[in-house]
Amino acid sequence: MIQNDDLLRMLNLLCPMYMLLDESGVVTHVGPTMQKLRPDEVLEGQRFLDLFDLTRPRCVGAFTDLLAAKGGKLNLSFRTAPRTALKGLIVGMTGGAVVKLSFGISVVEAVRDYHLTSADFSSTDPAIELLYLAEANSVAMEASRQLNLRLQAAKISAEEQAFTDTLTGLKNRRAMEHVLARKAGGGMPYALMHIDLDFFKQVNDTLGHAAGDYVLQQVARVLVEETRREDTVARAGGDEFVIVFDHLTDRPRLQRIARRLIDRLEQPMRFHGQSCRISASIGIAISTEMPDCDPLELLNQADMALYAAKRGGRAGMRFYSRGMDVTEFPTDLAQSRARTG
Amino acid sequence: MHGLINRAIQSFVCNTYGEDRWRNVTEAAGLGFSDFEAMLTYEDDLTDDVLNALCVELRRDRSEVLEDLGTYLVSHPAVEALRRLLRFGGETYVDFLYSLDELPGRARLAVNDLVLPAMELREIRPGQFSLTCEPGLPGFGWVMMGILRAMADDYGSLVMLEHAGARGGAEVIAILLVESAFAEGRAFELGVRAG
Repeated sequence: MIQNDDLLRMLNLLCPMYMLLDESGVVTHVGPTMQKLRPDEVLEGQRFLDLFDLTRPRCVGAFTDLLAAKGGKLNLSFRTAPRTALKGLIVGMTGGAVVKLSFGISVVEAVRDYHLTSADFSSTDPAIELLYLAEANSVAMEASRQLNLRLQAAKISAEEQAFTDTLTGLKNRRAMEHVLARKAGGGMPYALMHIDLDFFKQVNDTLGHAAGDYVLQQVARVLVEETRREDTVARAGGDEFVIVFDHLTDRPRLQRIARRLIDRLEQPMRFHGQSCRISASIGIAISTEMPDCDPLELLNQADMALYAAKRGGRAGMRFYSRGMDVTEFPTDLAQSRARTG
Repeated sequence: MHGLINRAIQSFVCNTYGEDRWRNVTEAAGLGFSDFEAMLTYEDDLTDDVLNALCVELRRDRSEVLEDLGTYLVSHPAVEALRRLLRFGGETYVDFLYSLDELPGRARLAVNDLVLPAMELREIRPGQFSLTCEPGLPGFGWVMMGILRAMADDYGSLVMLEHAGARGGAEVIAILLVESAFAEGRAFELGVRAG
């Protein structure tokens, strides 16, 4: 049995988490920090292999197998809770063995579970530095995380602003172009409805811009109410709106929607006691009727249908058809469009 | 200047004097914003402008303001994490003093672009020390005065400190440890992190 006061004093200082074992593997002495891990338990007299579960070396039948472990390296954990994982180093000596133990990476939990202080570690043990680093790192990571969250929020709000028409809350022209660009070559059937308000200029001129803004907001509300959630409703410019209907190419259905929109927009809106009356003209182009047509070309066709509708009188609606370009879109209308647009 | 340092100044002013006065300071300094980000880097001049504006706002000398900043960093609950990190320096106040030599290294280990001036502790005779703060951060010595004073309270030690002036850009602090265990001090448990 190892018993030497100088040796014990040295071990207490150099590695306070150690155990001395006799030749049969029974604990004969426990270092001060080791005892702190099992404060209410007498460890002396217990068999080392009864106290710990070994994962390295794995097949340990007898205590002598431990001493044969390569380089004396042990990986182990307590058999009872808390089952802290430990690293060990065993050195056989005349009359028994010394086992030096350490927490390795589990030091952060161990310090918390066993209320250890820096006095429980040898002053050259980097455990305290490891704890410092873990804590400093989590403080710094938290600061970085906060920064990332704020940057992400700022990015989202900047993007939302950039894709939203701030007056009406609808998508803006840029957002609409994004949506259309995604349709290129997609093969998904869709229809484009181009809506232009009639008499809006008069409202603006006679009742003022506040009334005009109010009317645009009401129009936006009607367009959103009369369409499905998956449709894209965009304010494409001053008093022009575009609706993209995904998977909807049925002429009668689109016609009913267009009629209902015009009917609702024609109902007088009241702004500060004044009645504002407008109407709308609508042009529609359908992707399946014009195969291999890119989205911007289809938008152009909806545009031509719109001006054909305008030419036929206010509050009208037209579907685009081939030949409209030539017959129903003469130069004088192109010019009038340039003026109103 | 590292955002952490600017952020520390902002936190000190807001929690000690209120956010209105912080806004006065940022406006007077012409910042154009009122929140520093801890993890970004700013032009050194900005920090100097802020400190100048702060001294005008508080009508106090820069050295006093910086010392209060140091005290704040250790003693205010809003920055408890920093006080804990400093307490990792050692079991006793003297251990803590000796750990200051490696404080810039520790800071860089945590945030690798945070550069603090080198420090050197010398024991002149038992209980009497001098701490030299190398050049790099003008006024850093005054901040350290506040930190050393507040950490003495934290450890329950009684110390007398004197800023012995600057020599060639380096600032020297004279430390006299009157009594190591003068009062109870504040508890420090390794395993309990600040929220």
